[in-house]
Amino acid sequence: MSNPTSPAIKPQILKSTGSHRRWLISALIVALLVALPVISVFYLALFPSENIWPHLAETVLPVYVSTTLILMFGVGILSIIIGVSSAWLVTMCRFPGRRFFEWALLLPFAVPAYVIAYVYTDLLEYAGPVQTLLRQLFGWQSYQDYWFPDIRTIAGAVLMLALVLYPYIYMLARASFLEHSANIQAASRTLGCTPLQSFFRVSLPMARPGIAVGLSLVSMETINDFGTVDYFAVKSMSAGIYDTWLNMGNLGGAAQIASLMLMFVVVLITLERVGRAKQKQFSGADRFKELDCFQLTGWRAFAASITCLIPFVAGFLVPFCLLSLYAYKNFSDSWTDEFVTIASNSFLLSVAAAIATCTVGLILAYSKRLSPGPGLMASVRFANLGYAMPGAVLAIGVIIPFASFDNGLDALLREHAGISTGLLLSGTVFAVFFAYVVRFLTVPFGSIESSLAKITPTMDMASRSLGLNSFQTLVKVHLPLIRGGILTGGLVVFVDCMKELPATLILRPFNFDTLATYVYQFASDEMLEESALGALLIVLVGLIPVILLSRSIRSTPHRRRTNRLVNKE
Amino acid sequence: MLSFKTIKRFSALSLLPIAATLAHSTQAAEEVNIYSARQAFLIKPMLQAFTQETGIKANIIFAKKGLIERIENEGQNTNADLFLTPDIGPIYDIVNKGLTQAVNSEILEKNIPAQFRDPKKQWFGLTTRSRIIYASKDRVKEGDIKTYEDLADPKWKGKICNRSGKHTYNLSLISSMIATHGEAEAQKWLEGFKANLARKPQGNDRAQVKAVKEGVCDIALGNTYYFGKMITNAKNPEQIEWAQSVNLVFPNQADRGAHMNISGVVMTKHAKNKDNAVKLMEFLSGSLAQYMYAQENFEFPVRPGTPKSSLINQYMGDFKADDISLVTIAANRSKASKLVDKVGFDN
Repeated sequence: MSNPTSPAIKPQILKSTGSHRRWLISALIVALLVALPVISVFYLALFPSENIWPHLAETVLPVYVSTTLILMFGVGILSIIIGVSSAWLVTMCRFPGRRFFEWALLLPFAVPAYVIAYVYTDLLEYAGPVQTLLRQLFGWQSYQDYWFPDIRTIAGAVLMLALVLYPYIYMLARASFLEHSANIQAASRTLGCTPLQSFFRVSLPMARPGIAVGLSLVSMETINDFGTVDYFAVKSMSAGIYDTWLNMGNLGGAAQIASLMLMFVVVLITLERVGRAKQKQFSGADRFKELDCFQLTGWRAFAASITCLIPFVAGFLVPFCLLSLYAYKNFSDSWTDEFVTIASNSFLLSVAAAIATCTVGLILAYSKRLSPGPGLMASVRFANLGYAMPGAVLAIGVIIPFASFDNGLDALLREHAGISTGLLLSGTVFAVFFAYVVRFLTVPFGSIESSLAKITPTMDMASRSLGLNSFQTLVKVHLPLIRGGILTGGLVVFVDCMKELPATLILRPFNFDTLATYVYQFASDEMLEESALGALLIVLVGLIPVILLSRSIRSTPHRRRTNRLVNKE
Repeated sequence: MLSFKTIKRFSALSLLPIAATLAHSTQAAEEVNIYSARQAFLIKPMLQAFTQETGIKANIIFAKKGLIERIENEGQNTNADLFLTPDIGPIYDIVNKGLTQAVNSEILEKNIPAQFRDPKKQWFGLTTRSRIIYASKDRVKEGDIKTYEDLADPKWKGKICNRSGKHTYNLSLISSMIATHGEAEAQKWLEGFKANLARKPQGNDRAQVKAVKEGVCDIALGNTYYFGKMITNAKNPEQIEWAQSVNLVFPNQADRGAHMNISGVVMTKHAKNKDNAVKLMEFLSGSLAQYMYAQENFEFPVRPGTPKSSLINQYMGDFKADDISLVTIAANRSKASKLVDKVGFDN
């Protein structure tokens, strides 16, 4: 449905104007800036210190590839099952606890993947409480007396990643369900669909763009994850990248593997887009009519509650409780006044990055709507690739253009003005901030794009024919309609930034910590207890916007908008 | 409603930390700037002692990877004066890229034995550690396993635990096997070693000792200082039990000695605070810092005459260390890494 040349409504009807060109040019510039780190990595890939592929192909490449594919499909499928079913239930049905689950299902998102991996390993390993209890109950003596599933396996990694990544799909699927036209849903009911049939025949196909965006985010998170898979001794492509770079001293070779992974992601996303290119859906004028909900009773209501309860308990409550327990036990040792500074570093950086990515995402998505063309499409795709790249590799991609800018300017000024500017951008918080924007841009871009796509071009035409220019149309017509999409995107970026680790570690200035880096220095030594308080703070600080925004996404924007307009007049 | 006023307000707010950092970086007090591949919390006590003694502020950034590339790209404008590493590997990489400079200091030469520093004065070791065998007290008789070569003996089939072969500590050990026996022999050894593993390589060094305690395996490899960290761990008393369940075996005492590695320091080529950096290097090799390294981290001090931790002395005593050149070990790392792939050690 993002296909601009669909015969149904030709976007050329939105006549190109000078303002369109201005949008186009700013979008191209922004896209280019954001794409710089990815371009740098491609550039690095041109200069390997030796050809790594014969060695890889002969030895571990099949393992890397199959592991990565299993991880991607496993995490993807599990996340869809959890995310879509729970999103549909809380949006379209009424059952006990629905109001609570609506936002509680987002909470696992605030838990970093590597933290949940540590927590479950602690719980489920031989010396952990679960196995100890079992041994006591059944009188087993040693490791050889019984079988217990090993958490440190590829299946364990799939489970851990899905538990903290499904909220992407939940969030975007829910936003899609909320934006559905109530009429279509009513029609399906009138035509005799049961709730389940209505789900499969109407809701699911209509939510496909949102789910696809969510799934591509989940897949990219999965292939660039290193912490969790490394802890579980699962050898995915990331392991190959870091091994080639650090152990074989071949950064160029590592960049080649990373670039190849990006290509793979691009192919996947393109396939999905081609698959639904014929679809096009716009919501009618009734889109903000309250959706009719299915009232569930009896065992159905019970099953619905359980379906939503499981991911909440497993993905949030269990790790939250264990972390709280550790944090409580170690409070006097772990608490320092630094925490206030560290937490506010995390918070401010994440807020700034969330606002910036939403702004950039909006510029790109809106320009694409105004003047869809192959040039802009390609640059936008390119600018969105940062997400699929392992964080540490991306960090090197940020260092390269920043340092050349700094050194170039320094050399220029030294020569002509006799002053040295030193490093202006490198090693500042701005570098970290920029890395966040590059890394997470695709999130708000995707959600804004899919929200914008739901607005029929006739809206633009009406607004423009009433004398508003393209900017006014965006502010007065589109923004209120896509507010949910923007907020969702911003929220995801905020929480992702709170958890971001590898790029922050490498790019940060002296004596600068975020909660994630603070947790990492202990967690990397498997000192979970010492890191518990920091990890808990990540979760808690992440919770505030999750709860606030979850409420405001739900609230019906058209009423407030109307009120505002009325008040003005 | 998301209004532009709100956006403006937030954007202004978001610039605060940036402004703060820019302001911060212009302060020109007495300081020394460190990029560290070693965990910051391990070195902070020594840095605090340094600041107390000299009044020089020590600024630090810690990241396990990527800092060499950062120094490389920042070029002559880099803020890094010193680069600290937990292993010879990164030292070798940064020296080879020509990003370091020679440091002439009689104090450093006096404090650090020649074996643990570069003849060309590009790098200096600060502490040493050995990679040794932890053997179950209950299930492995003393003298049953004596050498690294024994790890490939089929009698240990299904009895050995180890962390990933790709971990830098194991890569260094495999490098030393390549250097000692040649690549073909080393491969045979690694295959035999792999065949003896009780489980797929996973976890860190401590987790292997824990596995011995739990009966998953009888023998594990681990660095020496982990023993000190476990046996004194009042916070997690279960770790004391792990440590108590094993005997420490320093391998190859009858021939070349136990495999050694170092943590070390280099000065960057474009260091801005050269004098302060030298002062810090000398301080870290001096008696106080060396004593702290030994007491707090259970590493072996390089400085002759520095008392080892009494605990380390009690359990480890004197042992024969392999005196193979660390540079040789670092140079073989890439080969070692490929060997791990070839043998499928981690699969």
